[in-house]
Amino acid sequence: MQSALKISALEKTYKGGFQALKGIDLTVKQGDFFALLGPNGAGKSTTIGVITSLVNKTAGQVSVFGYDIDNELEAAKSYIGLVPQEFNFNQFEPLMKILINQAGYYGVERSVAVERAEKYLKQLDLWDKKDSAARMLSGGMKRRLMIARALMHEPKMLILDEPTAGVDIELRRSMWDFLRELNQQGITIILTTHYLEEAEMLCRNIAIIDSGIIVENTDMKSLLAKLDIETFVFDLKPNSKPAQLKEFCCRVIDDHTLEVDVKKSQTINQVFTQLSEQDIDVLSMRNKSNRLEELFVSLVGSGQESADSKVQE
Amino acid sequence: MVTSRNIIALKSILHKEIHRFMRIWVQTLVPPAITISLYFVIFGSLIGSRIGEMGGFDYMSFIVPGLIMMSVITNSYSNVASSFFSAKWQRNVEEMLVAPVPNWVIVAGYVGGGMARGILVGSIVTIVAMFFVDIQIHNIWVIIATVALTSATFALGGLINAIFAGSFDDISIIPTFILTPLTYLGGVFYSISLLPEFWQGVSQINPIVYMVNAFRYGFLGISDVSLVMSFSVLGVFIVSLYTVAMVLITKGIGLRS
Repeated sequence: MQSALKISALEKTYKGGFQALKGIDLTVKQGDFFALLGPNGAGKSTTIGVITSLVNKTAGQVSVFGYDIDNELEAAKSYIGLVPQEFNFNQFEPLMKILINQAGYYGVERSVAVERAEKYLKQLDLWDKKDSAARMLSGGMKRRLMIARALMHEPKMLILDEPTAGVDIELRRSMWDFLRELNQQGITIILTTHYLEEAEMLCRNIAIIDSGIIVENTDMKSLLAKLDIETFVFDLKPNSKPAQLKEFCCRVIDDHTLEVDVKKSQTINQVFTQLSEQDIDVLSMRNKSNRLEELFVSLVGSGQESADSKVQE
Repeated sequence: MVTSRNIIALKSILHKEIHRFMRIWVQTLVPPAITISLYFVIFGSLIGSRIGEMGGFDYMSFIVPGLIMMSVITNSYSNVASSFFSAKWQRNVEEMLVAPVPNWVIVAGYVGGGMARGILVGSIVTIVAMFFVDIQIHNIWVIIATVALTSATFALGGLINAIFAGSFDDISIIPTFILTPLTYLGGVFYSISLLPEFWQGVSQINPIVYMVNAFRYGFLGISDVSLVMSFSVLGVFIVSLYTVAMVLITKGIGLRS
């Protein structure tokens, strides 16, 4: 099957000489739910910018559903819906006008655009704001407006650049459901996010970019399987005596909190057994951090400080 | 398929642009009418009556075409300059840049919007002028062609200004320091034949002289320069400015990183 997105040897050097992309290769299959992760300044937004023609590439090839952006840019663009990181709509225009105009840029007849605008505004719970100026919306509403706008021409591939940034958890979950539904309808979704839990829950395949280089590109299951150690936090009954665990690396945080590193070859049962033998009661247990987060930190941790100091994104 | 998509895209940009200046009509349509009324009262009725005839017509009739043209020039330029720069500043220009809209459609859409405002304001000023003077028409086709080509020229100029502009100050520098002096010295209020020979020569490098005179010919049948020269100047300006605008947008100057 033809790929939804194919990137080969993509490079981008900005005017000041900063090299944001150092020859990345990436393939996204049709129908995929794909995560593009990386620390700030890693090159995620630059990559998205090149795909959507907002950033001029320095070298390399990009094709969207087989259409090369150098030779068939307009055809390639017609397949893409973009939800950018920053709000980029006219703040003074009402929602309906923003959506209908956007559809018009893709050649969607006004009568069809009106129907679609109603459909997406209702689905995204914005219908009662249809005549309000965009500047009157809350942050979460503005994010949903950008999703509705990106869908107006019914794209085959939706690119979302941190769509849930600054959105409360309830709204974030409803957006996740909406995105899952779109993906089930066959829309290829590419997502960048700093909420790694979001990527782990939604995405089947993942690429991690750091300082302009793809440092990992695999399916989510394989990536998570690479995690050698998971850290668990045990909430103990207050005033428990200090726990001593054989063959485990553990840290006593306070008299009722214990952190334990569990290797792949070990089981959590062993921890419980040892704690029980020492008459220590466990009230609850949780992962110290999201599994993907631990892997992410291990993959990009060393380069993060230098990447953060570069401000091209 | 592609042609129909481009036509819909062009209509969308035009609709958005026309809706924008109509929505803020108090800022866009009323001020020119008031300003031009004041010109008519001061230069036409009060001072004009003491000036007497110019080019064989009373002074009020002489300045009417120039004043209409002045409002067309100012409004077609400022409409595109402020609208396109505002779209850049709010980043909603990206809505068009990510869509399969050819660059010529973007240019045509914005220029069309500027022309629409220039022609609408020109029509309002003409109606206002009717309260002060009997408007006569010598050649309607010259009037239509001149107003269309002039508004397109200055709309293109406004677009180029907006592409380069980095702040709101940058879109007022050209109108203030270049456009206004050229307009005032472009034969709106006087015939350049009244100037000393040296300044007549200097005036001939002012493109607005050709536009004002062609327009005046359409109304009164008199002109300081030949009609052929006027339309040639307009043609050269339109082709040159369109080419520059297309190159800038295609390269993404000020629009793409």
